[in-house]
Amino acid sequence: MNPRKVGSVAWKELLQSSRDPLSLGMLLGVPCMMLLLYGYAVNFDVRHVALAVEDDDKSAASRELVASFVNSTYFDDVADLGAGADLRRLTERRKARAVLIIPEGAGRDLAAGRTVPLQLLLDGVDANTATTALGYASALVAAANVQKLAAAGGRVQLAPIDFQPRVWYNPELKSTRFLVPGLIGFILMLTAVLSTAISVVREKERGTMEQLRVTSLKPGELILGKTLPYLGISLTATALILAAARFLFGIAVAGPYLHLFAAALVYLIGALGLGLLVSSISDTQAVAFQVGALVSMLPAIFLSGFIFPIRSMPRALQIVTYAVPARYFNVVLRGVILKGAGLESYPRDMAFLVLYALAVMGLAYVRLARKEV
Amino acid sequence: MHELLAVIVKEFLQLRQDRKMIPAMVVGPIIQLLALGYAANLDVAHVPMVLVDQDRSPASRALVERFTGAGTFDLVGAEDGPAAIDPWLVEGRAQIALVIADGYGEAVAEASAGHPPRVQVIADGTDANSSGLGLGYASQILAGAGAEMVAARRVPGGARMASGRYELVPRVWYNPDLKSRWFYVPAVIAMVLMLVTMILPSMAVVREKEIGTLEQLSVTPLRSWQLVLGKLIPFLILGMLDMLLVTGLVTGLFHVPLRGSLLVLAFLTFLFLLTTLGLGLLVSTLVRTMQQAMGLCVFVLMVPMIYLSGLIFPVENMPRGFQIASYAIPVKYYANVLRGVFLKGSGLGVLWPEALSLLGIGLTVLTLASLRFRKSLE
Repeated sequence: MNPRKVGSVAWKELLQSSRDPLSLGMLLGVPCMMLLLYGYAVNFDVRHVALAVEDDDKSAASRELVASFVNSTYFDDVADLGAGADLRRLTERRKARAVLIIPEGAGRDLAAGRTVPLQLLLDGVDANTATTALGYASALVAAANVQKLAAAGGRVQLAPIDFQPRVWYNPELKSTRFLVPGLIGFILMLTAVLSTAISVVREKERGTMEQLRVTSLKPGELILGKTLPYLGISLTATALILAAARFLFGIAVAGPYLHLFAAALVYLIGALGLGLLVSSISDTQAVAFQVGALVSMLPAIFLSGFIFPIRSMPRALQIVTYAVPARYFNVVLRGVILKGAGLESYPRDMAFLVLYALAVMGLAYVRLARKEV
Repeated sequence: MHELLAVIVKEFLQLRQDRKMIPAMVVGPIIQLLALGYAANLDVAHVPMVLVDQDRSPASRALVERFTGAGTFDLVGAEDGPAAIDPWLVEGRAQIALVIADGYGEAVAEASAGHPPRVQVIADGTDANSSGLGLGYASQILAGAGAEMVAARRVPGGARMASGRYELVPRVWYNPDLKSRWFYVPAVIAMVLMLVTMILPSMAVVREKEIGTLEQLSVTPLRSWQLVLGKLIPFLILGMLDMLLVTGLVTGLFHVPLRGSLLVLAFLTFLFLLTTLGLGLLVSTLVRTMQQAMGLCVFVLMVPMIYLSGLIFPVENMPRGFQIASYAIPVKYYANVLRGVFLKGSGLGVLWPEALSLLGIGLTVLTLASLRFRKSLE
């Protein structure tokens, strides 16, 4: 393998992509746009659920209960309803996500030691928000009950359990901190696969691939020359995302940078190999784009634990996720960025990434050497 | 009219020739459906939990039982002291640690306010959503245990304390089992429609530009509106067919109910397609190559519209500015339409604001695109 030949192919590739500033801009601009989208728009922190209240009791006790809902900041009291309001229309028009109904005589029944049924209507369309809201409501009602009991106990000193929740690595449980590392894995996979696949297929379409083949370039030199520029661009994108995450969202890398970039390098080699493989089965840029987006984007979003926990998937799908490199990369990246760990904490995940990179690059080399690319 | 028909037929013939696009058009939606139907699930279950029980009393064992009994937490290991938790959380072998301090059992039995039984739960916050839900479950479990403990205690007189209490009776409308799948699966219709009626027509126009046949068409006696309609109508038909196909899969394969009328859905889908077709045409007037068209459609239009519209991620949780911006995104109204018709059984009586918004945005975009297109022909 001749480094000078590799270098000249890489230089040609860079020149070529610099002639298409729109595509190059997208290669660097898309990561930043994704970061903004995920950082600001994707948020699972449920707060201020729109709550309508039908207080048929209007006693001190019922007002106290409603106040405890509103003061928690989990619920916003958006409407006070009279008895017999059209609850269905209210939820259908999404004016309220939940309706709390306090029956008449609640205060009197409570004082008499009876159990008061509280109805909570939930709009279940967005199941995640509804589940969270139900959790908040149960906790608030339980707290109100304990208070009632303590008050009824009079002089007897009563103590409920002293619950001390602690959250490590992300004390405010911010979605952003959880999404950013996964986002890096997703963006790297997308840009690396698409840019290599399209650049190779473009040469196939224009017939310049044939010309490259009849030169004295060896397959290995051609592969290296074509992938090195995109490796460089992708690593630059990584640095850009990290800088943006630092300045926009205050997410600093807690672990060693060297380990982070080492993991990214291994992951990218696998992604670039996948791009070469995609190019070997596509004849046109349109097909390369479709196939590339499908094999890179969907697994990296849905099967990597980026957003949706792998544990909650059906068994068969969980098995499929073992073949998705983003799954391992996410674990390592969250460890290094948020937990301040080094790669030594994740020998199994790193081993999988190395194995994947070797297998995919090997396969791409074989196909290219057989002139199938 | 005759000329218009000729352009439509030509467009269909051209589509049929490009055979590799057909699998992409069928396989893409199916894979999206499977991913959103099976993988997109934020329900929290089987959270791996490591236990540090320094008390080892019947009371502490009962508490552990409460945690593991519900299926939310799986006990994956036990340690002697809190210091040993660290590697479990760093390596991701456990997501939550339950620490019951020495003296928990005594405190439960004696229960004075100065000496409450102490329980610590440590969660790995890197997975913010499931840790948040997990902590929510933990606090519910502890609140339940606490309330039982207090209620079981006897006042000095010997009688059980009597006190009124609330009982929460939740009723969930539209999705009683709170399946996230019911929320995500109908969204696929919107994504497929964006692919078929926005990306594909823009590429079809740009291809003719690249090959130079658009110039040939422009010197025929065809009027520019005939050319625009002839180009777009085939994709309108394809889009409506795709909508029916995916609706069939959504209800048949994933058992999401279609409670409203298919006719209302079809009508509102047609209004939505005015926008997507217009955007596709607009993109085609802005770019030179198919690659640029794809990049612009996917990254500048489709991805932001999916993320900011509430199609997958609820708008209510976004910052105020994004919530306001979402009103300009047509997909937001169509997402409301999909969920309204499928899950809530809404008709036009409820969805008329959505219909008006879609119509307004659609006509504006389509007019703008046609004007630019006509200019680019001249």
